[in-house]
Amino acid sequence: MGRFVARRLLQMIPVFLGTTALIFYMVHALPGDPVAAMWGDKAPDPVQLAALRHQMGFDKPLVQQYLDYMGNLLTGDFGTTLAGRPVLDVITEALPVTVRLALLAFTIEIVLGVSIGLFAGLRRGKAFDKGTLVMTLLLISIPVPVLGFIFQTIFADNLKWVTPTVQDSNDITQLMLPAIVLGSLSLAYVARLTRTSIAENIKADYVRTAVAKGLPRRKVIGTHLLRNSMIPVVTFLGTDLGALMGGAIVTEGIFNVKGVGNALFHAINLKEGSTVSGFVAFLVLVYLAAGLIVDLLYAVLDPRIRYA
Amino acid sequence: MTTVIENDQKSGRLEVGTPLLEVKDLHVEFHTRDGVAKAVNGVNYSVAAGETLAVLGESGSGKSVTAQTIMGILDMPPGKVTQGEILYRGQDMLKMGNEERRKIRGQKIAMIFQDALSSLNPVLSVGYQLGEMFRVHQGASKKEAKEKAIELMDRVRIPAARQRVGDYPHQFSGGMRQRIMIAMALSLEPDLIIADEPTTALDVTVQAQVMDLLAELQAEYNMGLILITHDLGVVADVADKIAVMYAGRIVETAPVHELYANPAHPYTKGLLRSIPRLDQKGQELYAIKGLPPNLLKVPTGCAFNPRCDVATDLCRTETPELHHVTDKDGKELTGRRSACHLWKETLHG
Repeated sequence: MGRFVARRLLQMIPVFLGTTALIFYMVHALPGDPVAAMWGDKAPDPVQLAALRHQMGFDKPLVQQYLDYMGNLLTGDFGTTLAGRPVLDVITEALPVTVRLALLAFTIEIVLGVSIGLFAGLRRGKAFDKGTLVMTLLLISIPVPVLGFIFQTIFADNLKWVTPTVQDSNDITQLMLPAIVLGSLSLAYVARLTRTSIAENIKADYVRTAVAKGLPRRKVIGTHLLRNSMIPVVTFLGTDLGALMGGAIVTEGIFNVKGVGNALFHAINLKEGSTVSGFVAFLVLVYLAAGLIVDLLYAVLDPRIRYA
Repeated sequence: MTTVIENDQKSGRLEVGTPLLEVKDLHVEFHTRDGVAKAVNGVNYSVAAGETLAVLGESGSGKSVTAQTIMGILDMPPGKVTQGEILYRGQDMLKMGNEERRKIRGQKIAMIFQDALSSLNPVLSVGYQLGEMFRVHQGASKKEAKEKAIELMDRVRIPAARQRVGDYPHQFSGGMRQRIMIAMALSLEPDLIIADEPTTALDVTVQAQVMDLLAELQAEYNMGLILITHDLGVVADVADKIAVMYAGRIVETAPVHELYANPAHPYTKGLLRSIPRLDQKGQELYAIKGLPPNLLKVPTGCAFNPRCDVATDLCRTETPELHHVTDKDGKELTGRRSACHLWKETLHG
């Protein structure tokens, strides 16, 4: 177990280096010159341009730039934005908002998704189950922007429960609507996965044994059925947590949430290599950690899984 | 109803011969896409304390469905009990509420399943699964439950029970797993145990050990035992009486040795002839021709008639009753019955 964790942590190093190098190269490969763009519509002064490029290190070869960047990263220096602001500041400002949004969405999808899936699976073929299948299919088919606009129209324009966009990104209640939109797609997947898993496992011999032991239905389902059925769901949830942390660009855009997605989008537009790399480096770590936690959780859920 | 059970609980061990379970004219159907499968068509049998009833039959003969109906673990739907009674100490369990039946399951009537690996929950330790019986039915604490689980594992002779109580089912061998199933069924000292092919998934040597253990524990507690099997060899040593099932009906009942010595139904005769024997080495082994009937379309008359060597026109039109059987002098043989129009010829011919 300890060895497994150690090995997984060591494996993170090449993955981390690879992803950051790739992102670094891709940002560089984007068309346009971020330094020249600072002049806006005016033609840049070649001397000043060269001086700025030198100052920012853009005149060095790309490999050298990457190595410099990684070297700085090791000392905790994430670099600065083109406007001169430390990238770490941008990250620490955006991250709490995204974490809050992601955890909110995550909670919604677990609680609702698992309960809906459980009830649908137990009543397979009945009205509730069919309704669930239709609703989840709808959620899966509707693109997030469309869903966002539908929710804005219903809850902000018609019902006036909330403002259409988030005014204060640190206010949890204002984050509710974007969290629901963000979590809805995964909620549909979680509900479907849980449903299938429950409907499959309810026919298992050990569930029959649990009934034959005279256990109350609550225990048969809670202790014997649900735990066995959670394994595929946990796999999905693990990767999804990583995705939620970094992938909310669209949702954050629609609702004007000042989170990671927003900041990342902004940075990509400005071709700010160091900002983009900084965020991505961070997100890669989150993703890898989530993956490790899922793998460890397997052993808790299923003792047949061994780590070697 | 509840008072009856409580009184019995106080009196401790069962008296040998106390009637425990009586199945009367039980009919079970399955509603499938292709039609109605009549899995059980009027089964009658009874078990008393200290008695072992072996229910013998091929796959699809309705022996397991009957057992599952007694336990109340039949999937309904598609299964449906259309007729009959299952009396546990005189009370019809089919008329009881869910909660009342649940309290009988595990406590009064327990079941052992065929495949212990799939019948034990793979993600819970055996100690937990054993202890659960005491926690749910007797409100034992976690610690007490664990102690009792260890005690049980000792009783079914699992070595190093204390060390292994936290192990999971996949860490045990097949025979040990079946012992755990037996321990689980035994945990609350039920009146009756239904063992559904308890040794089918095991090696021959382990089979014998498990059967011996089961027989020994049964004798110790004076429990009733219903042993469901298709293995004639398993039956001979442990059973008191046998009920042979075919196409959802009992075709013959008899005390075990009489049935082996002198079957009164052509199907039983065929089954006995198809056992390999040492003195017939080199000869072709007998097999009953044909296949068990499709339960969606059971033949009219005697269900066995298309496979029977001695079937007559009567057999093709009229379903035989479960006749009382007499010896050559016309004296009734106790406990013997045969659902064959030609039982006389079969028994005495």
